Amino acid sequence: MNILINNGHIIDPANKVDEKLDILLSGGKIARLGKPGSISANGAHVIDATGKLVVPGLIDMHVHLREPGFEYKETIATGTAAAKAGGFTSVCCMPNTNPINDNRSVTEFILSQARSAAARVYPIGAITKGSKGEELAEMAELHSAGCRAISDDGKPVANAAIMRRALEYSKIFDMLVISHCEDSALAAKGVMNEGIVSTELGLRGIPRAAEDVITSRDISLAELSGGRLYIAHVSTAGAVRMIRDAKSRGVKVTAETCPHYFSLTEEAVRGYNTMAKMNPPLRTSDDVAALKEGLKDGTIDVIVTDHAPHAADEKSGEFDYAPFGIVGLETSLGLTLKLVEEGVLSLVDAIRKLSAQPAAILRIDKGTLSAGSDADITIIDLSEEWVVDSSCFKSKSKNTPFNGWKLKGRAVQTIVGGKS
Amino acid sequence: MSLSSKDLLGIKGMAADEIKLILDTALTFKDVSERDIKKVPALRGKTVINLFYEASTRTRTSFELAGKRLSADVINISTSTSSVVKGETLLDTARNIEAMKCDMIIVRHSCSGAPEYLSKRLRSSVINAGDGFHEHPTQALLDMFTIREKLGKLEGLTVAIVGDIMHSRVARSNIYGLIAMGAKVRVCGPPTMIPPGLECMGAQVYYDMDKAVEGADVVMMLRLQLERQAAGLFPGVREYARLFGLNQQRLSGAAKHALVMHPGPMNRGVEISSEVADNTPVILEQVTNGVAVRMGVMFLLSGGTRTEA
Repeated sequence: MNILINNGHIIDPANKVDEKLDILLSGGKIARLGKPGSISANGAHVIDATGKLVVPGLIDMHVHLREPGFEYKETIATGTAAAKAGGFTSVCCMPNTNPINDNRSVTEFILSQARSAAARVYPIGAITKGSKGEELAEMAELHSAGCRAISDDGKPVANAAIMRRALEYSKIFDMLVISHCEDSALAAKGVMNEGIVSTELGLRGIPRAAEDVITSRDISLAELSGGRLYIAHVSTAGAVRMIRDAKSRGVKVTAETCPHYFSLTEEAVRGYNTMAKMNPPLRTSDDVAALKEGLKDGTIDVIVTDHAPHAADEKSGEFDYAPFGIVGLETSLGLTLKLVEEGVLSLVDAIRKLSAQPAAILRIDKGTLSAGSDADITIIDLSEEWVVDSSCFKSKSKNTPFNGWKLKGRAVQTIVGGKS
Repeated sequence: MSLSSKDLLGIKGMAADEIKLILDTALTFKDVSERDIKKVPALRGKTVINLFYEASTRTRTSFELAGKRLSADVINISTSTSSVVKGETLLDTARNIEAMKCDMIIVRHSCSGAPEYLSKRLRSSVINAGDGFHEHPTQALLDMFTIREKLGKLEGLTVAIVGDIMHSRVARSNIYGLIAMGAKVRVCGPPTMIPPGLECMGAQVYYDMDKAVEGADVVMMLRLQLERQAAGLFPGVREYARLFGLNQQRLSGAAKHALVMHPGPMNRGVEISSEVADNTPVILEQVTNGVAVRMGVMFLLSGGTRTEA
């Protein structure tokens, strides 16, 4: 069925479009765009987008769908339903499933489960076998099975020589290497940012240097190898500074951060709030300011959620024992739009970091509204004010620190391949 | 006057008059332990549970005696004998205990925040008997009780706390309490064991023990966990003792009337020389006072007011 989206405010950063246009979808593709009223419906289903924003389907480059292995936390079906509810038409799922996605059969399993999913799924393969940091996983197999990026997310590749080889070898396939920057020895058994709050709460701290030293190391290795490095979930001012410097020298490095890192600080942990426990940990207001500056000047290319579902039982109890991570797919857009409200990002840049940039970095044919591309579209009502209610989440898990937050702007329709 | 909270989770945020109320109440209970019949009926019919997830002899015994001398029924549960080994959650264990109707649960746990977590979910009063590196409020109260008893006041005194501040809940509770009561607190230890932000709490940080001790009214030594050496926090016991151990010569820099305190158990020859340890009666008096202070806390939390005592 054809769909005609009328009279919406189209933002398509990749094509520098920022105006009122109608857009016709046909056969799962974008057929054409035209001035309002210029395209006749011809029996197409008409969506009136007057007063709404119409943008390329949002892409979340960093989620954990938990399948296979941890289906009690999330499945590909529930995770993509959450994605769709949050305005995302594509998600990249990290390989720390059980078994780890370090081989073709796991990738193929994920893709087969994704065939009936609510959003598109791009599996990320492991850098090393079993994400143990010892031997490279078979990258050609992963690539041919459909992986466009590799990561040992959740764990750093501790051995610099292995990371070097991964970045070098990745060049055969132009594969993106995503680094979870954390020095395990410095982070030790830390459960929150190291600072005054960790001292007061008597919790073991993770110093910012734990992130910074590996960020520095991996930038050097990217420079040495010529591989494409992508720094995951940047949380520190130091990492922003180093990435900015590396980019200015022409190093092939790109980076992401998450809404919680620019929306919250370590103060959120007070009261032993396990919903504020994530890795890297929430940092200080200085880091938040630096992240916003990095988002603004383009040092940080992409906003992702690091959607990390955990069951309620796991996320309650002793702070030390609770797992790291929060869900994010259904709050990401609203929190990102706060940056627009605050004047940190233009609306176009906010949309760019949620669509065109991740597509460009992944080298996937997504994130634009060019005629002929897949009809993945998100329609956003910027004026809608709403209150986060985790009990209404489509995600199987409800672990969010944003419950009860008042947000403005949300996805009202998410179209994947011409289907809403 | 009575306490504002149903629980005692930490000293942080407590007002000076609340701390004073506890110390004054404890004083009225101190002589109970000196009597031939060491019992008053204040908590008769109340049930107190010692829920200890971490090994303890001194603190558990002190709470047990405090409860029994107030005529409460006291039950001890420690990890090795409870359903914890079967994998039951902390909250499930506590709820099961509460289902048998108890009035007060005294919690020691290696995880910071565990008593606070329970206090929000239980009807019973929760007393923190030490949680992780967070707080050990009754230890600080008995320390302040002892200082006040010996030196007549807390206000204006200079207290040096020496040792592994980073991993010490005793240090944190004492810093909060002593500063609230108007004392000056110096903390001293190797930089590897000094956590960030102590200045924000109002303490002065020293790496040189002689300077920290100079003119101090109280020198409070902390136990060194010897396994910290393996974590690289100090090079060896010998060097630690040389830099941060309290010996007679070092003590001579403190005020003439200076009290030497230690929450126990002591590593003789490490953080404190035997000569100093055996020359101060205060360390055992801390233990004696611990019972009175815990009686005071339990009495106040069970709804007692000072006049009844």
